[in-house]
Amino acid sequence: MTTTTPATRRARRWRAVLWGVLGLVALAAVWELYKLVGPADGWLIGAREGVTGSGIRLLPRTSDQAMPHTWEMLARAATPVTRAPGALPLGVVVLLAALVSLGIAALGWLVGVVVGFALALLMLGFRIAERAVLPFVILSQTVPLIALAPLIRNWGSRLEFGAFSWESWMSVVIIASYLAFFPVAVGALRGLQSPEAADLDLMRSYAAGWWTTLFRLRLPASVPFLIPALRLAAANAVVGTVVAEISVGFSGGIGRLILETAVAASSDPAKPWSPILGAVLLGLVAAGFVALLAAFLSPFRRQETAA
Amino acid sequence: MSTSAPQPSAAATGPTPPADATEAVVVRGVERVFTGAKGATVTALTGIELTVHDGEFVSLIGPSGCGKSTLLRLIADLDEPTAGDIRVFGRTARQARIDQAYGIAFQQAGLLPWRSVAANIELPLQLHGVGASARRARVAELVELVGLSDFAKHYPDQLSGGMQQRVAIARSLAESPRLLLMDEPFGALDEMTRERMQTELLRIRAETGAAVVFVTHSIPEAVYLSDRVVVMSPRPGRITDEIDVRLGEAAERGEDLREDTAFFEGVTAVREALHGPQASSAGAARGVDVR
Repeated sequence: MTTTTPATRRARRWRAVLWGVLGLVALAAVWELYKLVGPADGWLIGAREGVTGSGIRLLPRTSDQAMPHTWEMLARAATPVTRAPGALPLGVVVLLAALVSLGIAALGWLVGVVVGFALALLMLGFRIAERAVLPFVILSQTVPLIALAPLIRNWGSRLEFGAFSWESWMSVVIIASYLAFFPVAVGALRGLQSPEAADLDLMRSYAAGWWTTLFRLRLPASVPFLIPALRLAAANAVVGTVVAEISVGFSGGIGRLILETAVAASSDPAKPWSPILGAVLLGLVAAGFVALLAAFLSPFRRQETAA
Repeated sequence: MSTSAPQPSAAATGPTPPADATEAVVVRGVERVFTGAKGATVTALTGIELTVHDGEFVSLIGPSGCGKSTLLRLIADLDEPTAGDIRVFGRTARQARIDQAYGIAFQQAGLLPWRSVAANIELPLQLHGVGASARRARVAELVELVGLSDFAKHYPDQLSGGMQQRVAIARSLAESPRLLLMDEPFGALDEMTRERMQTELLRIRAETGAAVVFVTHSIPEAVYLSDRVVVMSPRPGRITDEIDVRLGEAAERGEDLREDTAFFEGVTAVREALHGPQASSAGAARGVDVR
């Protein structure tokens, strides 16, 4: 355990930001460098003359069509989406769509975390539940998302009572939570089971019940296992949202925007890159949110050194 | 039972399970059989008779596998005997645990890493609904008692092994129990720290007046600390001897006692009891620390 002064901590934080920015610059530099030296038509092996799509492409094309300059992407983000009067800049449209997707992903993450945690508690409380539920939890993740999306939309659309009717964004939330709950269920269970026998003996000697032991011992002890699980869940929720938006046909989010702008790629090659970067930004925000959560929970991440 | 030299103190109580609340611990005819896989059974303890008087310091000593820790766990109601009866201050072991009649410390300090020293010590008080101000006052007393006043706000990972163990002892004393159960609490410490902790334990014990059941595999430790040393033997785990070693009032025992002839006589007596009548078989005391 090293004690740090606020000054050194601040310096370390600035250094982290600096490295982050340098990483971005390096990525852009690699992009431009390859574009400069790489063959314009890429490199194919085993291509047959006159047959399009034959052969295996080992190096991607570097034409402006396939790899627009980084500054062109930035410039495109600043110009309006379409030539229609009053159209917003592409970057703004992307950010708005990303915001919609962020809301959906956050909701999916939340549902996933609650469900995952509830399953972990169930498995903790009942041995039999662990044996009965865990295989299905693992099996659930082998179902391809593409197969799942139409099913959920279909089932959802049959739900209708009173003023409530199923909206397509709800399907997206369900699919996002379906991907998010898995790491939480597995991670939380491991964390809740992490206290040693001696710790449990101690709680027993205090005549502490199951719930007291849960709140005073198991929950705090699970935090080091829970943080990586929550981070994975956040990443899964974002991926799930983007993919589900496309397969469910929900418009307004970043996933749909990626699909729409990809259509325009031939005439406007810099355009599809904006929503792709928007999706990346979405993932970063989600990761940042979990990092913030982890900072709040940091007192619980202290590790006991060997006595 | 092959008790070679029963001490008067051990035979003081009658053979029937007494409801005498003045004795700290009364163990009568206790047996613990573990059932392993495929129905194989291991007799960890058999025919255990033991009385610990109020305020008495009793050490359980014996080689690995003699069931000394199991006996302690039975007294603490962390495990249940397959036969026999255990009374703690006249109550059943279970009731005594629920009433918090004892404090307990293990070989590993077992501190919660996310709690500060003060928060670890107050854990039992917090669990039993003691108010915040009363808790603070008691914790201040206890950190003073174990000499960690300057470290109350530190976290376990910032402490040495000896300091962690002191926190664990302070925690076991939090509710002023009349009985302390200690399972090799200094087993993981280096020799210098260990001797210092032993002297500290004697001082703390003199201040609190609590009875102590102390599991160890170190002969000098048992002799230095105890009023009475209970010698145990494995396969099946049983009590083979009890030796009175009263070297004087706990408060008066100092470091120089370790060089006293009475101390060495006690060590010799315990060692002979451990090796038993068949002293020639070297295997009898395997696992016993004769430092």
